[in-house]
Amino acid sequence: MSNQNNVKNSQAEQKAENIRIEQLIGKIMRIGVIISVIIMLFGLVLYIVTGTTGFGSHYYLTSFSQLLKGIISLKPYSIMMLGVFALILTPVLRVVVSIYSFYKEHDKMYVIITTIVFIILLISFFLGTFLHL
Amino acid sequence: MIHSIIIMVLVGIFAGVLGAILGIGGGMIITPVLTIGFNLDIKYAIGASIIAVIATSSGATIAYLKDNVLNLRVAMFLEIATSIGAVAGALLTGVINPIFLYILFGLLLFFSGLNMIKKIWGKQVQTNATSNDAIAKKLKLNGSYYDKNLKKQIDYKVTNVPAGLTVMFGAGIASGLLGIGSGAFKVIAMDTFMKMPLKPSSSTSNLMMGVTAAASATIYFFNGSILPQIAVPLALGIILGATVGSRVMQIMPSKLIRIIFIPILIYLGVQMILKGFGVNLLS
Repeated sequence: MSNQNNVKNSQAEQKAENIRIEQLIGKIMRIGVIISVIIMLFGLVLYIVTGTTGFGSHYYLTSFSQLLKGIISLKPYSIMMLGVFALILTPVLRVVVSIYSFYKEHDKMYVIITTIVFIILLISFFLGTFLHL
Repeated sequence: MIHSIIIMVLVGIFAGVLGAILGIGGGMIITPVLTIGFNLDIKYAIGASIIAVIATSSGATIAYLKDNVLNLRVAMFLEIATSIGAVAGALLTGVINPIFLYILFGLLLFFSGLNMIKKIWGKQVQTNATSNDAIAKKLKLNGSYYDKNLKKQIDYKVTNVPAGLTVMFGAGIASGLLGIGSGAFKVIAMDTFMKMPLKPSSSTSNLMMGVTAAASATIYFFNGSILPQIAVPLALGIILGATVGSRVMQIMPSKLIRIIFIPILIYLGVQMILKGFGVNLLS
């Protein structure tokens, strides 16, 4: 009987833990999405107003420093790309916050699982950003 | 210019609503629309659609997390397989001829459509509440969600974890290769193989698509595949559409939406296959 209660309690505890983790991740993701929407909207409005991306049609980004230069000189192309980049980061942000949440809930197994996913993401970022694959 | 921006926003809203409801990436809708409807080079269509997938995922996930529909542990565990697959797929893009991309993508659409037909005529899958899968138990994958359509709390158990993991790896490769979230594969892995109910499968697929797509998105970001003047209005429309779709999905039976969606999927699949062979029906 007490064993059954223990099982029930641990199930209820796990449900409560799930809810806490999901609420936190949801909140962080909402902030990430809102930030990227604001940047993309700003870039799009600038593109509509100026009527140009700020570059020729064959231009494309190859590095962060190029992106930064474009942003400083308020090129619509670069600002829109910054918004796109912020959007790409939202799922990554979700993974990072998950590692923290599982850690806070003392769920070691999922800290490890989520960290593995994060490492694979980092490898893909490295491949794309520095090796230009 | 304004004209094309407005069209992109509208296409985005449409793709976002459907993507959020069905648990599939906007890419399923975006890539064919851009290549067939706008005659855009498939390279740029794939770049736009990978951004579309992330927009659908993040837009829909916010609501699904808030309402506890999706299964975070299932997502996290299976993401190991999808993200490794996605990196491998993206690395293969330069090596593989675009003709194969068209045909592969067309077949993918076509078979997703067929699979949906099977679902509708197949008998209703019973919620699995009795299975005692050791791996699922160890990984704490079993879950529970409140179904707003049936108005009750549904507990479910997960089984066949290795098979689900294998299908997810394939989904990852397809995703990296084609710039899609390959959500249809993911839904199949969870719903058919791991016996999860449809709504948690679909919303968990939505969550996972974002990470799978992000794993290959940076590769596209710096190789000229992303045209921001197309990707940005699309993404904005999608985020709006996915926010709406993720709320609608919870209150409606997805069977109805599948019925509407099947002919579109099969038609677009056939179109892409024909385009791969050099036949263009629309022009």
